[in-house]
Amino acid sequence: MKPKHQRLVLACLALVSVMGSGLLAMTALKDQAAYFYSPSDLAREGIPQGKAIRLGGMVADKSIQRQPDGVSIAFIVEDGPNKVPVKFRGIVPDLFKEKSGVIAEGKFEGETFVANNILAKHDERYMPPQMDGKMHKTGAVE
Amino acid sequence: MIAEAGLALLWLAAALSVLQLSLVAVGMTGGRDELLSGVRPAAVLQGAFVSAAFVALVIVFLQSDMSVKLVATNSHSLKPWLYKFAGTWGNHEGSMLLWVSVLGFAGSAVALLEKRLDNRTLMATLGAQAAIGLGFYAFLLFSSNPFERLFPAALEGQGLNPLLQDPGLAFHPPTLYFGYVGMSIAFSFAVGALVTRKVDRAFAIAMRPWVLGAWIFLTLGITAGSYWAYYELGWGGWWFWDPVENASLMPWLATTALLHSVTVLATRDGLRAWTVMLAVVAFSMSMVGTFLVRSGILTSVHSFAVDPTRGGFILALLAIYIGGAMALFALRVGAVREGTKFDLVSREGALVLNNLLLSAILGVVLVGTLYPLGVEAVTGEKLSVGPPYFNMASAPLALALVIFMSAGPLMRWRRDSLGAVSLRLALPILIVAITFLALVIFVPMIHWLPWAGLLLAGGVAAASLAPLWKRNLRRTPLFTYGMVMAHLGIAVSLGGMASETAFTTETLAAMNIGESKTVGPFSVKLNGVTPIAGANWTALEAQLGVKRGGGDSHLMQPQARMFSTPPTETSEAAIATKFDGQLYLVLGKQEPDGRWQVRMWWKPWVTFIWLGGILIALGGFLSLIGRLRRNKGAAL
Repeated sequence: MKPKHQRLVLACLALVSVMGSGLLAMTALKDQAAYFYSPSDLAREGIPQGKAIRLGGMVADKSIQRQPDGVSIAFIVEDGPNKVPVKFRGIVPDLFKEKSGVIAEGKFEGETFVANNILAKHDERYMPPQMDGKMHKTGAVE
Repeated sequence: MIAEAGLALLWLAAALSVLQLSLVAVGMTGGRDELLSGVRPAAVLQGAFVSAAFVALVIVFLQSDMSVKLVATNSHSLKPWLYKFAGTWGNHEGSMLLWVSVLGFAGSAVALLEKRLDNRTLMATLGAQAAIGLGFYAFLLFSSNPFERLFPAALEGQGLNPLLQDPGLAFHPPTLYFGYVGMSIAFSFAVGALVTRKVDRAFAIAMRPWVLGAWIFLTLGITAGSYWAYYELGWGGWWFWDPVENASLMPWLATTALLHSVTVLATRDGLRAWTVMLAVVAFSMSMVGTFLVRSGILTSVHSFAVDPTRGGFILALLAIYIGGAMALFALRVGAVREGTKFDLVSREGALVLNNLLLSAILGVVLVGTLYPLGVEAVTGEKLSVGPPYFNMASAPLALALVIFMSAGPLMRWRRDSLGAVSLRLALPILIVAITFLALVIFVPMIHWLPWAGLLLAGGVAAASLAPLWKRNLRRTPLFTYGMVMAHLGIAVSLGGMASETAFTTETLAAMNIGESKTVGPFSVKLNGVTPIAGANWTALEAQLGVKRGGGDSHLMQPQARMFSTPPTETSEAAIATKFDGQLYLVLGKQEPDGRWQVRMWWKPWVTFIWLGGILIALGGFLSLIGRLRRNKGAAL
């Protein structure tokens, strides 16, 4: 094998590895990218069972229920007419309260959304742009 | 006055970069070599001026001069001096000025210290460095002027994001920037060598120490950033696959690949075009990272609040520099002669594999980081790509990488046989086999990823030490020790990550005063919660008595802090480091019935993650010293 051929082989190898990693990335993305849903989206499109998603909306008034263990809560996320029940075990952020915007990350188990992380409406200066736009659209923020 | 002086210095530095670039361009194309003698002084002066401009900004911050807009919006006169100082780069304009200062500093370091590179290539290199500087000076001066005055002056500043109010801010960003922007040197070297068509061993030997230096800083910066996020965010995690973390990981992956390919070029005169390509890619990744973080399109504590026109500016700079370098590469790659050939089963072959795997990891991280932006631009759909994707896509590649990393250093240059290599790997393979049995017997069902990590860590550690086997340790060159230590660091870090993921135990409970809970081998008793006050915050502090088995009890005090400017609450975790891991306690909210939420983690061997990072950087440092010594020896 001449150096010239070797270079060609190496270039092909590099190309194959780039394409392979691109392919790997694309398949993984199809399963793993977490889409953002509002309660209305879910009412329209149905519930994506077992898939990691983000749910955004308002915490419904008088819906927060503390559980006896002291570290779990249940509440309802709504955007106008549509409501989704949410369960969460953990320490909620300070700005988490009723009639205020919220983003919950997690999965549906049946009809209930089980959140593993809760992001509350932030101080404007650190408000993520994508969260802001969506929350304005869904009425989570006036 | 100081603010105006700083601005003037910045303009002067920008003017010098124009001069520097013109001297190179006219001198090299017009054959007027006498002009080239002005290039080095211009580069040195430019670095000095921009550094002085940065010092001016630091002074303005230390003085809390509220007539400077940047200080008024990001600082506060009551802050401790350390945060006034570090707050200089805790905002968009200041951190960009730091970026450009490091760029200028890197340029002057090359002008002063680089003696081995062929003179015309060096001139072209300094020209390229000036061209990069020019774009970023323009960015600062036209869209991010840090010295802008506020009239009338503010009475008081708006304060610094409390999450940034931590000693980590003084260390992490500058370290990372030295690595990030230090890679501009490799980029400029590559451009220089393409211009003069001198991609050869001498070029690789001259470039290697610069790459090593930047890589050491990058490694330290990432390690420090990881530990900072771990203790400051109070989530107990050490890597979140946050786009900003990825922005620092991507240049590291490319630079690590470059470090290995430049060795092939320096030792065996192979992989010429590939090495030049990687040098371009590595700094391109730094610039992509800068774009991601500074354009404000990402969400994080790093992105501050930025106006979107700046994103367009940085994007245009990116297109010019990366596009320009790639075009030059495409034009000149034909002129780069093929290097020496080698067998696929050889040290070179192993290093090629290392490069392919690192590039593949870089590819999947890049795709995952940019995918949400691409999707949003095309369909308007918002989505996020999180840890499940990155773990699934990159971990198998990373595990394959550490396996080949174990074998690579034990292979001979040019040609080797697989049989001989496996024989040299006998002990590591035995260790892996024993670990396998131990895992099957003692460790119940855990996720395959940490399982594989635990399986490999011990064997990889043994394999990384193997190159020292049967060698005269006194005559072994320092850079070999460096490699051994860096590879060992990878194994240590891998072990820490796998152990933390596999064995962490968590207790989340609402506790009454006087109540005890257990987490791992510890019992934790809530003695009380007391209010305390700091310089610009108040806090609730839990008094937790911690006992391990029958040992003595000691006190741990996690806090929930409230800052007034801007009004924010942060959680200050209490962390106790033991020889075999860390106990991590977080204070949550008080329940209406009076109980306090407390979150506790016992994380066995978690410290190995960062210990590994430090070993990797230290290995790089030994290597650097070893190379510089040898280079000096060769020059005499």
